[in-house]
Amino acid sequence: MQILGHFNYWIFIVLMMCGFYMVIASDNLIKKLVGLSIFQTSVFILYISMGKIIGGTAPIVIDKAAVYSNPLPHVLILTAIVVGVATTSLGLALVVRIQEAYGTIEADEILAQDRDDSP
Amino acid sequence: MIAHLPALQVVIPLISAPLCALLPAGRPAWLAAMAASWLAFLIAALLLYQVLAHGPISYLMGGWPIPWGIEYRVDALNAYMLLIVAAIGAAVASFGRTIVEQRLSLPLNKHPWFYTAYLLCLTGLLGITVTGDAFNVFVFLEISALSSYVLISVGRDRRALVAAYQYLIMGTVGATFILIGIGLLYVMTGTLNMGDLAARLPAVSGTRTVRAAFAFLTVGTAIKLALFPLHLWLPNAYAYAPSPVTAFLAATATKVAIYVMLRFFFTVFGVKFSFETMQLDKILLPLSLVGIASASLVAIFQTNVKRMLAYSSVAQIGYMMLGVSLVSVTGLTASISHLFNHALMKGTLFMALGCVSYRVGATRLERMAGVGRSMPWTMGAFVIGGLSLIGVPLTAGFVSKWYLIVGALEKGWWPVAALVLATSLLAVIYIGRVVEVAYFKPAPEGQRVEEAPLALLVPTWALALANLYFGLETSLNVGVARLAAQGLLGATP
Repeated sequence: MQILGHFNYWIFIVLMMCGFYMVIASDNLIKKLVGLSIFQTSVFILYISMGKIIGGTAPIVIDKAAVYSNPLPHVLILTAIVVGVATTSLGLALVVRIQEAYGTIEADEILAQDRDDSP
Repeated sequence: MIAHLPALQVVIPLISAPLCALLPAGRPAWLAAMAASWLAFLIAALLLYQVLAHGPISYLMGGWPIPWGIEYRVDALNAYMLLIVAAIGAAVASFGRTIVEQRLSLPLNKHPWFYTAYLLCLTGLLGITVTGDAFNVFVFLEISALSSYVLISVGRDRRALVAAYQYLIMGTVGATFILIGIGLLYVMTGTLNMGDLAARLPAVSGTRTVRAAFAFLTVGTAIKLALFPLHLWLPNAYAYAPSPVTAFLAATATKVAIYVMLRFFFTVFGVKFSFETMQLDKILLPLSLVGIASASLVAIFQTNVKRMLAYSSVAQIGYMMLGVSLVSVTGLTASISHLFNHALMKGTLFMALGCVSYRVGATRLERMAGVGRSMPWTMGAFVIGGLSLIGVPLTAGFVSKWYLIVGALEKGWWPVAALVLATSLLAVIYIGRVVEVAYFKPAPEGQRVEEAPLALLVPTWALALANLYFGLETSLNVGVARLAAQGLLGATP
């Protein structure tokens, strides 16, 4: 029960590790950004899970409800989502410029070209 | 007006940033950026004065009471950091306009956006420092980080793009780790205010969640401050960014990350939890020692002077973390005053290099042959900055290294003190290489190099003279640092 009850936390950990592994392991700059996005999104799930209170309803004041879910983590994560969008778009813009300058978006080929240049 | 200074500190550069983008290219945008930076410097100076005279300032954003609203809290440490960031910001913004814009890979009509990014970066760094709210730290961290990726990527070399991309990946991973850490703290305490967190954490400090939060925050800030071995983003980012950007980031960005680390470890988690339960000093000490030695050695073999100074920055960060790992008032005083002194010396060195690269067109070592005779003022500033970096007496760098060695000897760690001295000799070698080439090698045939224009020399020399001034008159850099260190260590004297 304990393991099932923490279902969304397990999802958070699995997604986080998948994303992080992609950032480290892939050589393609776009795939790295995809991994980074998954990594960031997993943290959004962590925050949203935190706000849930067992038996709590949506945080709107009504007569029947006594327990509400905590809305603050949701508000916080909205900010983090905006940051995530900005990071991804800036990253993609950089990849476009790198493609224009190097003609490739593979990290090892870029490294090889840089090595040929005079430092 | 005076009561709202903590808010204005952030709001003025924040509002000026989009304003710059709307202004016509050329003088107006630059003037707006410069006015905003100098105003920020003025406010920081006023805040420090107020804090020293009347004690810590607590400012409630929008008048919301503390656990709900965002609090801006300024004590000796914040005010000191604000002054460093704002002073370097003002000095870098004063760097001559036409010369700075010549070195950007941007079309003319896009130049105002450079100042927008610059002011946003300044906003972020000041915001991290002034806020007393843990989540607010993350938001400002990302504002400063995103704008610094942009600032790095406008360097003329195409490698600037790759450097900015690498920094983006590493920086985002670091910031996300910090976000996870803050989230886990919130789960356990239900608050984001740093003072409130500090009060509630001891009750739950035995839980695995709090320990995990501590680990995430440690690694996250260590990436941001480029602690060895997480420093790999730094050398390229500093080497290929435009010179004023390098001067600004090298002097402020990693320092503010160190501030975040100090704030979380000492104020939020508390000395007892960080250094007795988690024994953080046992990790920081070897990492900083290895970082100092290896980065100094690598610096000696660099052929690009900018890259060499970037590696030297990694070593200097090691000195600062070494002071932290001593966990004593003297050690922390050394660290905090080194934040100040290192900002001065690296600011001077990178700005002098900016002058060289403006006249010579490169910062490769062999291209600097004979520059010492053709650009005496520029190289004069470089030598002063270099002496300060080595830690020669009568310069600012000597003061903080002195306290670091005293701190190590207080603990009886004489091998550490010996290592600090030995690595200072490595700095003699790498600065010496530049001086030798610049002064004693003949200039290549047919190369005509003139002295840098006054618009570049004035801010460079202002920082160079500050290196000498604060080497003699230490009431500001060491006095306030000691006050801040005592504040951080709190009850444990």
